[in-house]
Amino acid sequence: MGLSAVTVLGVDRPGVIAAVTGSLADCGANIQDSTMTLLGGHIAMMLLVSGELDSAELTQRLRMPDLVVTASAIKASRHFCEEGGGLGYVLTVHGPDRPGIISAVSAVLAADGGNITGMSTRLTGRLYVLIADVELPKQVDVAALMRRLAAVGAGLDSDITFRPVEPDLL
Amino acid sequence: MTGPGGTARELLRAPHPLLSAVAAPVDPAAPEVVTAAADLLATLRRVPVTAGLAAPQIGLSWRLIAFDARRHPRSRSWAGELVVANPRLARASHWDEGREGCASVPGLVADVRRATRITVHGHLPGTGEAVTIEADAIEARCIQHQLDHLDGLLFLDRVPGALSLHRRLHTCDA
Ligand SMILES: [Zn+2]
Repeated sequence: MGLSAVTVLGVDRPGVIAAVTGSLADCGANIQDSTMTLLGGHIAMMLLVSGELDSAELTQRLRMPDLVVTASAIKASRHFCEEGGGLGYVLTVHGPDRPGIISAVSAVLAADGGNITGMSTRLTGRLYVLIADVELPKQVDVAALMRRLAAVGAGLDSDITFRPVEPDLL
Repeated sequence: MTGPGGTARELLRAPHPLLSAVAAPVDPAAPEVVTAAADLLATLRRVPVTAGLAAPQIGLSWRLIAFDARRHPRSRSWAGELVVANPRLARASHWDEGREGCASVPGLVADVRRATRITVHGHLPGTGEAVTIEADAIEARCIQHQLDHLDGLLFLDRVPGALSLHRRLHTCDA
């Protein structure tokens, strides 16, 4: 079964999600994973859809005057629907807005094989906030990694916290 | 604006080094601490939709918090409109996620895991009388948020994941 990645960008207004998902249903596309957020008053949506679909036809059927829609066929990743083997952490960075915060922090994580699996950044006034979900290989020396992150944070006048994902207490 | 015995001070906004610093214990009977407590309360009364404040937010790196849970529409327990010196969390249970913001972090809110039942010990400014507060729901969340300020932490440092940080869209998020 084919997989397509669909992105939707446009000015936020009520009914956008209903229109997009309605068109997808009309095409016979089945939504697998999706995420949607508002970025500076714009709607940003990404969906992974399955079905016997042609990307060009999908783009055509999703066309709406105030939205920018793209669709492209993709191969299923080996990670899809698989539980990761690493350990989950959450990273918070907050401080004055500076160029290069994300690249500096993500480089430290990448050097240890850390994988950012989710990220939000927000700028409010002078304050820049980054929250990232991070998966670390089990063998990583977390204390040493935290020292490297703290050093990067100090260089950016930012506070960095790095903590294990809170387990679900069931 | 002046409250009874206190003067509202300017509220610090993140990023600010005092909001990341560990605050120092105080002598609850010292005149400057009594003045600071009154100022903290006067500032709290002036800030809209905020159930509590901590001294670092008005530029004083001291262990003083002020709160008034009745300022929040969904509060249950209400210890009163209080300033507590050197507050200490003695017991915390019944953890739950709830959305919170901060007067020093305008525009953002997040879902943060906090105890919904707590016991806090501290002293009243002026008399130095020891107090014990049993709080639940919003009041418990608010007190824990203020205690974090005394340790140089913002609610942002407790966000459980990338999808839990939001722009503030509703006025009732507190
Ligand atoms: Zn606060």
